[in-house]
Amino acid sequence: MSTRYFGAPVKRNEDHRLLTGQALFVDDVELPGMLHVAFLRSQVAHARINSIDVSGALKCEGVVAVYIAEDLETYWQPGPLLVPPPPIAGITFNLRTQVPLAKDWIRHVGEPLAIVVAESRYLAEDALDQIVVDLDMLPVVVDIESALDPSSVHVHDDLGTNVSAHVYQSKGDYRAAALRADLILKRRFHYEHGISSPIETRGVVAQWDARGNHMTIWDTTQAPVFIRNGLAAMLGLGEHQVRVIAPFVGGGFGPKMMMFYPEEVALPWIAMRLNRPVKWIEDRLEHFFATTHERGQIHDAEIAVDRDGRILGVKDVFLHDTGAYNPYGLTVPINSQCTLLGPYLVPAYDSTFTAVFTNLPIVTPYRGAGRQHGVFVMERLLDLVAHELEIDPAEIRRRNLIPSDAFPYKNEIIYQDFQPLEYDSGNYQPVLDMALEAIGYAAFTGSEQPKLRAAGRCVGIGIACYVEGTGIGPYEGAKVQVLANGKVSVATGIGTQGQGHFTSFAQIAADQLGVDVRDVDIVTGDTERFYWGAGTFASRGAVVAGNAVNEASKVVRQKALKLASDAFECSEDDLVIADGKVSIIGIPEKFIRLGELAQRANPMRGAVKPGTEPGLESTQYFGPPSGATANGVHAIIVEIDPETFDLKILKYVVVHDCGTVINPMILAGQIHGGVAQGIGNAFYEKLSFDDQGQLLNASLADYLLPTALEVPRMELAHTTTPSPLNPLGIKGAGEAGAIPVGPLFAQAIEDALQLKRKNVELLEIPLSPSRLFELSKGAA
Amino acid sequence: MKPAPFKYVAASSLEHALSLKAEHGDEARFLAGGQSLIPAMNFRLARPSVLIDINGLTELGSVDRSEGTEIRVGALTRYRDLERNRDFLKSCPLFADALPHIAHPQIRNRGTIGGNLSHADPASELPALAVAMQARMRIKSSASEREVPASKFFQGLLTTDIGSVEMLVEISYPVPKPRSGACFQEVARRRGDFALAGVAAVVTVDPQRRCSDARVALCGVGETPVDASEAVAGLIGTDCSDDAIDAAAVEVQNAIEPSGNVHATADYQRHIAGILTKRTLATALQRAGHGV
Amino acid sequence: MASDRHDIALSVNGTAYRRPADSRMLLSDFLRHELLLAGTHVGCEHGVCGACTILLDGVAIRSCLMLAVQANGHELSTIEGLATSTGALNSIQQAMHEHHGLQCGYCTPGILMTMTAFLKENPSPSEDEVREALSGNLCRCTGYQNIVDAMMAAAEALRATSP
Repeated sequence: MSTRYFGAPVKRNEDHRLLTGQALFVDDVELPGMLHVAFLRSQVAHARINSIDVSGALKCEGVVAVYIAEDLETYWQPGPLLVPPPPIAGITFNLRTQVPLAKDWIRHVGEPLAIVVAESRYLAEDALDQIVVDLDMLPVVVDIESALDPSSVHVHDDLGTNVSAHVYQSKGDYRAAALRADLILKRRFHYEHGISSPIETRGVVAQWDARGNHMTIWDTTQAPVFIRNGLAAMLGLGEHQVRVIAPFVGGGFGPKMMMFYPEEVALPWIAMRLNRPVKWIEDRLEHFFATTHERGQIHDAEIAVDRDGRILGVKDVFLHDTGAYNPYGLTVPINSQCTLLGPYLVPAYDSTFTAVFTNLPIVTPYRGAGRQHGVFVMERLLDLVAHELEIDPAEIRRRNLIPSDAFPYKNEIIYQDFQPLEYDSGNYQPVLDMALEAIGYAAFTGSEQPKLRAAGRCVGIGIACYVEGTGIGPYEGAKVQVLANGKVSVATGIGTQGQGHFTSFAQIAADQLGVDVRDVDIVTGDTERFYWGAGTFASRGAVVAGNAVNEASKVVRQKALKLASDAFECSEDDLVIADGKVSIIGIPEKFIRLGELAQRANPMRGAVKPGTEPGLESTQYFGPPSGATANGVHAIIVEIDPETFDLKILKYVVVHDCGTVINPMILAGQIHGGVAQGIGNAFYEKLSFDDQGQLLNASLADYLLPTALEVPRMELAHTTTPSPLNPLGIKGAGEAGAIPVGPLFAQAIEDALQLKRKNVELLEIPLSPSRLFELSKGAA
Repeated sequence: MKPAPFKYVAASSLEHALSLKAEHGDEARFLAGGQSLIPAMNFRLARPSVLIDINGLTELGSVDRSEGTEIRVGALTRYRDLERNRDFLKSCPLFADALPHIAHPQIRNRGTIGGNLSHADPASELPALAVAMQARMRIKSSASEREVPASKFFQGLLTTDIGSVEMLVEISYPVPKPRSGACFQEVARRRGDFALAGVAAVVTVDPQRRCSDARVALCGVGETPVDASEAVAGLIGTDCSDDAIDAAAVEVQNAIEPSGNVHATADYQRHIAGILTKRTLATALQRAGHGV
Repeated sequence: MASDRHDIALSVNGTAYRRPADSRMLLSDFLRHELLLAGTHVGCEHGVCGACTILLDGVAIRSCLMLAVQANGHELSTIEGLATSTGALNSIQQAMHEHHGLQCGYCTPGILMTMTAFLKENPSPSEDEVREALSGNLCRCTGYQNIVDAMMAAAEALRATSP
């Protein structure tokens, strides 16, 4: 097999449609007779519902129907548990899931109360104003510490507690480690992530064909197959009667992987009920409440080290805000728990978390999916230890890195894929070295920084390491087919939200089949085209679906060679497949085009032999036994205005190892985008809730996404440690950029402002100029 | 986020616009650039029954320096046109400093100065400029016309002196005095965001380079722009040493009562108000010295 | 409260349209759902994200902050009008393709229109000027770096082909 495309920065197949405005996004779907849906959403965070009077709405112009929870009858049910808790001994897990429309209880601002269906969204919103809701207000739970007070009101009154889950995991013996330690350092950390805020919000269009007995749903979901299966079951339809299409999706980042959102569940039901197509497009205001968040954790963490700064053990007790419901199980806090270990040797680890219900929107994975929180804790602990023991921050990391001969490295505790955490491969030292070299660490700390400081400038450097679990199962599949015209069609069950699947998967197939990458047509996210799969999440698309594409392409390749060898009456070893044809090595004029072979594989005469199939196609699946572990190091140089505390990034470096790389151009784009989100999380994006659970900054004017002026040019470098867990050796990379940025900023800002001299430590994210001012204010 | 229903009229003349406003009063709003009004309507925070589109009233979109002592800017003049008017920027250097801070080019292409001043957002730059420059607002109704100094125009949060049947039609800015310099600076989270604090400073010096006048106005630290000129009056008669400027900045900090918001504590706002006062006074002084 | 409808006549990408429009229909919705020019995208409806940016008489504006009725008598340019008559990508589009300046593509229409106007007025921008010009368009996927590279390359290409 010649590798022409794999590893090359191939330009994207999907660009033309996107650049000319011809790509279909969900709001572009226009269907005859289509109606528009608006949701009445709760304006308060916690209440008992006495009544919802929709009579005024029904009288409004253009309104076709108005529904409340009771109207859904037996269709109304709490959503399913999407990810069960991992098989960890002694777990407490109290499942409470979201409902399609609030019934009796409101548990967060934005929870849907009623649905208006009208001729236009404009008219539907007019009708919302006419709905009268009678509530008994209840005290609101927003603080995860006070939520655990015995006196606190309960988000779920039948539960008797606000505990969503309690998990304890350990390895080694921390107590013994602490006894041996030369230094134990203990701190409290606050880490808040944020919202995904893709530029395209969510949306659903449902079309019921009563005569054909078939439902088509366009949905901005990252999981079309699961949605198809779940909705079919709920609607009492067979899976073949439901088609879910995730068209072009304007950014996913995790929350579009949350499933059985109220709107997703309601729209198809409405379509069947009214026998008209219906559309709901989330507006930006709704997005702040209706789409899931990732929010905060409070960690009381301690690290035990020897006098050389070598980690003997870490103990961490943390609280996790899960929001009003917990359908996504424990993925986020388990990721925090596991990713805290990082690329370091941590012989003893004692980690406990309590996930807490609050009267706030649901928390589910958003790019990084809890890894950020764990990385913040570990990286900050190491920095604080480094300061205490007067060891250079880069050096202390170096001393603790897992050595390259220790892989596969068993971390023992259970990861989000239900397997004991095991790092498949890695070589961490060179990644750190390259990052230090690229940022100019020695020159900066040795001479540039002192010089700039002498000139009155506050400049600082930061370095952060992380390991990212990627590429988990269960599996994905792909169907690869050579068409009669010689082009190749590939379908897979996952969806695409900008990651370039139409190109990266085409590269894999094109290499196996010796065709031009532009002649490979990829279909993703359409359950009619591929039946089985899980979804695009957890940095697994390229790893799992990519390998499935490879497996299927390999089989098709073999079939093509077999057909050609039959035709030429020669051995398959005498054949080469390139430029869309199979030819005899050394005799290029003896060739058969792939399209011709495809036709021959579908005979009009003769028979298909037992144990074989017609056509030049294959469907194959790939399911890794566990996740592949990528890693990286970020480094930053910042300058802080000592008067305004505003921040400017002078240099940003990422060195990353995600195994074998399919398309370095696409990979770089993923890193850039992840870092941009990380910068937002570290210094700009903050959800400001008041004590009544009201979001005070529910607009893009006040929820601050980084612009081209806040995100710097980044320098990227790579090492390659292939994964032994899949034939292509690839590891995921989608979340990498976002993960270590918080501690990176904290370290660099502390350095720039020389805060440790003033006994000020940065133990929280996000930061801001005002927050830095406040933290520095009281200090010596 | 769709606006509530309303009737729309494209006014054919100023008289037409004013007579419609006289008819509907507070139920009607003027639609100029729409860059503040339409978002408010999309959030359904503003729900006028009638929208009077005045974008066709081109006579309100001119900048005129005919009198020599003042520059008259029509209310419908778009930020974009001010940005590209070199003579205007030279005459009103505070605008050269402030305009790049207003949102983004796409907003500035439509937004108007009259719309900005009528909307009177407390964090908005142009109201502070108007106060610093002692501008005068010309307000018309069908029946009358009057002029209001900027000091009396901004009355409260998003509230101006414009009555329910009136329109702001023109703003007059005195031509800068000889030997004066001006500077505007603000601190915001991102370029174009609402100012956490902004300071407009105008300093005039006498032939001996001593300060003969100093005016300072702030945005973002109160419900209206804050005129802090009294607080810096101590500079008058001095040569504005660094110490004198520092002292003036402290007086300004004492004169304001910022309330804090989701992006900044009140203390931080007060702190940067002091920093910006120092910086703008120093730059204004420098520019006065250079006759800018 | 009542609304009214107005007949409007406008030109989009050189094609003349006459349509009735409800007073309150936003120009963004009118383009997408009345004229079926769905290339212009909606991201926020409060003028911040920039995805809906189009050209009105050659000037970049937020179509979510304009009423359809206000477009009466004007010439609009949208993403659908950028490609050449043979369907080939223009210099800005081509540069975006070559520099991987788009991932999900949702913010892309607004960026293309913003930069079309910007590069016309600023044919030789510095990187800082490009970043400033881009600051009114939010992108959640790319981190902007490749978009900046694309625009610098597009500027060069446009300079090379301009008279």
